Amino acid sequence: MRVILALAVLIFGSTGGEIAITYGMKATGEPARLRPRALLQFLGRAVCNGWFWAGVPLMALSFYSLLVLLSWEPISLVIPASALSYVVGTLGAKYILGEQISPARWAGVLLVCAGVALVAAG
Amino acid sequence: MPNEKRLRVKTLVMVLAMVVCANSGDLMLKRGMSQIGAVQLNASGLAHAFRLTVTNGTIWGGIFFLTGFMISYMTVLSWADYSYVMPAGAFGYALLTLLAVVFLHESVSPRRWLGVVLICAGVLLVGQTKPRTTAVTSEAVA
Repeated sequence: MRVILALAVLIFGSTGGEIAITYGMKATGEPARLRPRALLQFLGRAVCNGWFWAGVPLMALSFYSLLVLLSWEPISLVIPASALSYVVGTLGAKYILGEQISPARWAGVLLVCAGVALVAAG
Repeated sequence: MPNEKRLRVKTLVMVLAMVVCANSGDLMLKRGMSQIGAVQLNASGLAHAFRLTVTNGTIWGGIFFLTGFMISYMTVLSWADYSYVMPAGAFGYALLTLLAVVFLHESVSPRRWLGVVLICAGVLLVGQTKPRTTAVTSEAVA
């Protein structure tokens, strides 16, 4: 039970954090140019966005949960299980960020999820 | 459409930068921490480990690359879909396996090879889709 709970914190923390950061970055808008000066101004605007700072603690929570899980269970179980975050992240992208997930993208996400689970299981 | 192509190329370049920075950063951190050795979990042990980490060049290299990862990740998410970037970034797992075989001569189990094949197929499929499906919220005027 506690493993499932920690896994849920890991998955929802990381995807929630990444979705918040994506939201913040979309609100920031893309940099005018990919030059150092323009990039610095862009990063400055990004860290002034509240959504960015909503994402960071969520990701830190998720990382802490990963450390706790690794102290309970072997890495060959923890990382494959965390590959579920690809599916959770895609659902979040669809329903929270309003991205269109075509059948090809869904198929690709599922293949990546299975592949990461297999690679991490060794 | 040239605009569409430009979007695709700059997204792919950024995702590649993300993957290279994340993998190099992780490898350097791991190498740096193994130079330091196991950390004792008490006040003097942690203080000692802290002194060793901030004076270790390999660890600073790792931090440099992980900062590069964060910057390229934030930059690509300012224009591309999260559901495009996230699976595409998994290409790193496949790349790490290939590097381990070529440079470290590690043996890889058939199960892991199957995983690499699935990841590559999945990344290729996602790569075919449009990198951005949402409206542009604000075009930066800098």
